[in-house]
Amino acid sequence: MTAVIDVHELTRRFGRFTAVDAISFDVKAGEVFGFLGANGAGKTTAIRMLIGLLTPTSGRASVAGFDVLTRAEDVRRRIGYMSQRFSLYQDLTVRENITLYGGIYGLSDAEIRGRGEALIEELELGHASLERVAALPLGWKQKLAFAVALLHRPAVVFLDEPTSGVDPITRRQFWEMIYAAAARGTTVFVTTHYLDEAEYCDRVSIMVDGRIGALGTPDELKRKYGDATLEEVFVRLARPAA
Amino acid sequence: MDGLGKRFEATVALDDVTFDVRPAELFGLIGPDGAGKTTLFRILATLLLPDRGSATVLGLDVVRDLWAIRARVGYMPGRFSLYPDLSVEENLRFFASVFGTSLEEGYRIIAPIYRQIERFKNRRAGALSGGMKQKLALSCALVHRPDLLFLDEPTTGVDAVSRRELWDLLGELKASGLPILVATPYMDEAARCDRVALMQRGRVLAIDAPAAVGARFPRPLFAVRARDRYALIQALHAYPYTASAFPFGDELHYSDTRRDLAPVAIAGELRAYLQSKGFADAEVTPIRPGIEDAFMALMGTPQEAAG
Repeated sequence: MTAVIDVHELTRRFGRFTAVDAISFDVKAGEVFGFLGANGAGKTTAIRMLIGLLTPTSGRASVAGFDVLTRAEDVRRRIGYMSQRFSLYQDLTVRENITLYGGIYGLSDAEIRGRGEALIEELELGHASLERVAALPLGWKQKLAFAVALLHRPAVVFLDEPTSGVDPITRRQFWEMIYAAAARGTTVFVTTHYLDEAEYCDRVSIMVDGRIGALGTPDELKRKYGDATLEEVFVRLARPAA
Repeated sequence: MDGLGKRFEATVALDDVTFDVRPAELFGLIGPDGAGKTTLFRILATLLLPDRGSATVLGLDVVRDLWAIRARVGYMPGRFSLYPDLSVEENLRFFASVFGTSLEEGYRIIAPIYRQIERFKNRRAGALSGGMKQKLALSCALVHRPDLLFLDEPTTGVDAVSRRELWDLLGELKASGLPILVATPYMDEAARCDRVALMQRGRVLAIDAPAAVGARFPRPLFAVRARDRYALIQALHAYPYTASAFPFGDELHYSDTRRDLAPVAIAGELRAYLQSKGFADAEVTPIRPGIEDAFMALMGTPQEAAG
């Protein structure tokens, strides 16, 4: 399998503070990759560089075959992104959000109609398609935001704490959507504070103070540190930055 | 609380909520976003009037005795609500002065928490990391030495290490005799409480000691493992006796609709079915349900089905 995300010695400093310190890793096509770390460990800074929103101080990274520094536009066209904080326009309806994002991603009207209908049907949102997004329960919003982030069939989708505060059943339905996307070949790059969810990933990395403190399959990491769960591995490694 | 209810236009935020918190108890409100936890805190902290029902806090009525209640409770809201442009120490001195006391008088009770951030006392509160903001907010809620503490989702968005530290602190505060009502969407944190109320869409689903909540799970439960987890879920969804099948950490939790069959027999049949579907490595083990299993069963229909 080829690397869809290829990161080499990627570094970002803010003044004297090194937020991301020469990290290297790769993520393969169709992989579900869990990007873990304590608050302040540098995850968000790293993600912002990978999606072309922040310039690296040094090192390089390519996403979907394009360099994030020199080809940021090409990268952005081939990725999807969603987070707990920014996902959909709250004052637009479900259908309007789909149309808007379809347009931003450069889909034709016919594609927007076709994929939008399929998406609404798949999420069983038919009865709510004319409702404002603000009126939906959080779990629906997050599932819709994920489906919208996949609308243009990106090579990689970045999910930043997609399930924070979501109820336990919807959280698991969300992960079934992740598995389904990965089974179709989409690479999933996901952060979470729910460490049971980290167990669902093919591989995980744990960032500690700007560096990759550990990287491997959940089983490999548990075996290496002799812990029963990834939560124990995480607590062992990830001291929050002061 | 007795029959508390609150609506916001068409949304029922709280529906007939009744329970009590005992002296020196660490009581957890466990439920996802939209469960009504914040509305409940706002009523108990006298910031919002209930539409129906009544509630007392420290023996005082939340509608009639609001000023007396405000002086005696500590409330840490879910959103960071300190002054970002004031320093750590200025925030503490401000909150102490609002309650007619001083940082020095309140120092002893906040010391176990405040000492962890004291070296940053001249830093702007807005420039603190997430974990440190939580510790400052907790210090500010405690500095006037309240008789009761309300904490609305102190661990949401906080990493697993900081979450454990915070719960250790709550354990110490409880041991000192302070009753605490704390809300969280993390089911695993329920185990740290004396009792919990499981909440969903404005209703209380169950109130019990954490260890007893799992016993409310209505069916035989099994842990199922196989290498290809996504295919395994799909195979379980296609099995005619499946009541539920959900990922749980590195395994799946499966419950079966057949109550008249012994768990060992069910495990044997399921293993045979999975092997027939190509899961040669499938393991099926009867297990005891936990809080999250019980919560999911009590939720009945997920948010999706409610429309």
